[in-house]
Amino acid sequence: MAQLFEFQGKKLLKEEGIRIPEGEVASSPEEAFRIAQRIGKPVALKIQVWVTGRAGMDGIQFAENPEDAKEKASRMLGMNIQAFVVDTLLVEEKLDIRSEYFVGLFVNDAQKAPLLVFSSVGGTGIEEIAKVHPEKIAQIPVDVARGLRDYEARNLLRKAGISGRLLLQLSETLVRLYRTARKYDARSAEINPLVLTEDDLVYAADCHLVVDDYAVFRHPELGIEVAREFDRPPTPLEKIAYRVEEKDYRGTFYFLQMTEEIPKKEKYIGFNGAGGGGSMMSMDAVLDKGFKLANYCDTSGNPAASKVYRAAKIILSQPHIKGYFASGSGVASQEQYHSARGLVKAFYEENLDIPGVIRLGGNFEEKAIQILATYLKDIPAEVEGYGRDDSPEFCAERMEVLINRNNSVPHEVRPIRDPVVPAEAYAFETFTGKISIDHSKCPDCRTKGCVEACKAEILKLDRGRPVLAISENEAKKGKCTECLACEIFCKFHEQDAIIIHLPIPGLKDYREKILKRM
Amino acid sequence: MSILVEKDSRVLVQGITGREGMVRTRLMKDYGTNVVAGVTPGKGGTDVYDVPVYDSVEEAWEKEGPLDISVIFVPAALVKDAALEAIDAGVMLLVIVPDRVPIYDVLEISHLAKEKGASFVGPNTLGLLSPGKAVLGMIGGRAERAREWFRPGKVGVSSRSGGMTSAISYYLTEIGLGQSTIIHVGGDAVVGLSHPEVMELFEKDEQTEIVVLFGEIGTTQEERVADLIEQGGFTKPLIAFIGGKAAKSGTRFSHAGAIVEGSRGSYENKVKRLKEVGAHVVDLVSDIPKVAKKICKGEIQ
Repeated sequence: MAQLFEFQGKKLLKEEGIRIPEGEVASSPEEAFRIAQRIGKPVALKIQVWVTGRAGMDGIQFAENPEDAKEKASRMLGMNIQAFVVDTLLVEEKLDIRSEYFVGLFVNDAQKAPLLVFSSVGGTGIEEIAKVHPEKIAQIPVDVARGLRDYEARNLLRKAGISGRLLLQLSETLVRLYRTARKYDARSAEINPLVLTEDDLVYAADCHLVVDDYAVFRHPELGIEVAREFDRPPTPLEKIAYRVEEKDYRGTFYFLQMTEEIPKKEKYIGFNGAGGGGSMMSMDAVLDKGFKLANYCDTSGNPAASKVYRAAKIILSQPHIKGYFASGSGVASQEQYHSARGLVKAFYEENLDIPGVIRLGGNFEEKAIQILATYLKDIPAEVEGYGRDDSPEFCAERMEVLINRNNSVPHEVRPIRDPVVPAEAYAFETFTGKISIDHSKCPDCRTKGCVEACKAEILKLDRGRPVLAISENEAKKGKCTECLACEIFCKFHEQDAIIIHLPIPGLKDYREKILKRM
Repeated sequence: MSILVEKDSRVLVQGITGREGMVRTRLMKDYGTNVVAGVTPGKGGTDVYDVPVYDSVEEAWEKEGPLDISVIFVPAALVKDAALEAIDAGVMLLVIVPDRVPIYDVLEISHLAKEKGASFVGPNTLGLLSPGKAVLGMIGGRAERAREWFRPGKVGVSSRSGGMTSAISYYLTEIGLGQSTIIHVGGDAVVGLSHPEVMELFEKDEQTEIVVLFGEIGTTQEERVADLIEQGGFTKPLIAFIGGKAAKSGTRFSHAGAIVEGSRGSYENKVKRLKEVGAHVVDLVSDIPKVAKKICKGEIQ
């Protein structure tokens, strides 16, 4: 779920007509000084991070004058809060608060509707307050077809003990909050506290909006970089992975790092699951063996071989992992040889130095396992392929055996070298890469097996050399499925004339940085 | 009997001319599903594996007669329109295969479905399959594989994971236990028919004698199954596995959610509630067939 920072959320509330304190964001003490000066009143300084309970960690402070604001800002900027380094403060007018309320909306799976929850007591510790004072809480599901009506909001407030003029003021805010949530596809939208000031005005003193990942494409104006469920900013490697997923709709590729620092001695493995349920089951199996996961990754939903290749390259950009463990449900509907080919290309290029256990049960698993066995014979590492009749627990045991046999050698990240392609090679673009064929090697080829290996039937022979049987444009638009079969065949059985270049933007620099640091 | 689909159910495929639509239409037809029509706006008049393609659901209905079920394979952003079109035309069951469907779109689909008395499976589902009768969606991938992996029998399977729907069913087949219907309820937070609704269908189904449930952390589906059992709405033996034991519970993003749901959604709570109402909660997926066998032999209930 793509979370917004307080200042971003407040801006959206304001657009919908909800009153927010006057303020701006600052990323330096001097800026904080200027903003406080412009506001001309005592201010609140609030760190912009995705954690709750900021007040308790000195993340919210008050300043009487610009000098004071500058001084406090200099101490708050750079603070380490969980996974965050504070780089932005919201500097806003300090409110004269008479009372605090809570209002929140979330999509409820049981009612299949947004549920609006109001509490006549708000602020810090709202969840505990709700337990002690259930009578102060009221909730209603919202009808998505017609939206939240004014009277529904009033009835909700009445049930939570609100009456009089305040009822009118707050109901207006509730209706506007729902409108904001709906407009921006928010799975969750909260104002805590919603406050009434001494001069009888209702303000949103805080705001937390979480936009539905699947609807982020509708809101380019929000500038959400990675539409993923994170409770911290994405790591550089996660950003690289997300770019891959964003540009390739074929199947799912999800990548999440558990840690960026892997000590050489610890039993971390690179994890490549397939499908949520199968991945969880497989994770349980390796964790039970005492392994730790460097990352979580899911390649499922019938991904192209090129996508699995990129996933493997990203997983193998993590130094010091001891093994590569891939396992899904065990009985996948997708054709598993695509994943096998993606892994072969990646492992071969990397000249893999750590063992792999690859459980590829499902459709055509025999062929998938055979691909691994045939083409990974010559790399330094041992890679074993398994199918639907091999349990995740058994595979986790194999992982342990192979890592021990490899003396627990930690993985060394290698620099990425772009393939060298002869200038005169025959070449065409594919959906996410480029295929080049060195025709000067083709006369020595006896089988012409690349054409046969191409199940999409986009290659044909022209005077004994493979060329496109379709237009270049069709190949680029996806007729070439990037199954990698032609390259693998040519490399291992014939002249090594085919090169499929599948760039991963940012990964080369990322690895260089890692290598420099070590 | 099975649930949701029969051999003669009349099936429509929306998005039949796309990459997934074509491949899965072949699977469904090869397996024996009665696919009578397809829809892709703008491609009317063509056909896919001898299935006539129309420009709209209404047209397909006019030309081919009543349609019981629609299986949807259109891009996520177009799912809402396709689903509303099918419900409006009178289709009573949808199987929404695509993933990444915006959540408010799902809520709108759900709203109209409720109004019209229709139901839907998914989104983000592999679909469902009743061995020997029909497959809706993409379970099995290929017809010959689906016939080999799944056999007719008395176990109902309901899963929040697509891969595990197939895996569990295959492991049951291996020890000689066939299935009545296997269904992937979908991987998203909000789905049409969720576990408790599927349990109610299995309860009414005479062929189903035992049910296997694959649950996951998050949402309240498994807790609601426990509630249903407690209220007497589901009385057959239930074997349950909850995935995600090792996953850290994660930061709660929503106070409102926490206020309303309390500890619902966590691994511990799901296991506790299901155990309280007498379900067989297993720690390993590989224990599922063993427990099923024991129930069949009458060693446990």
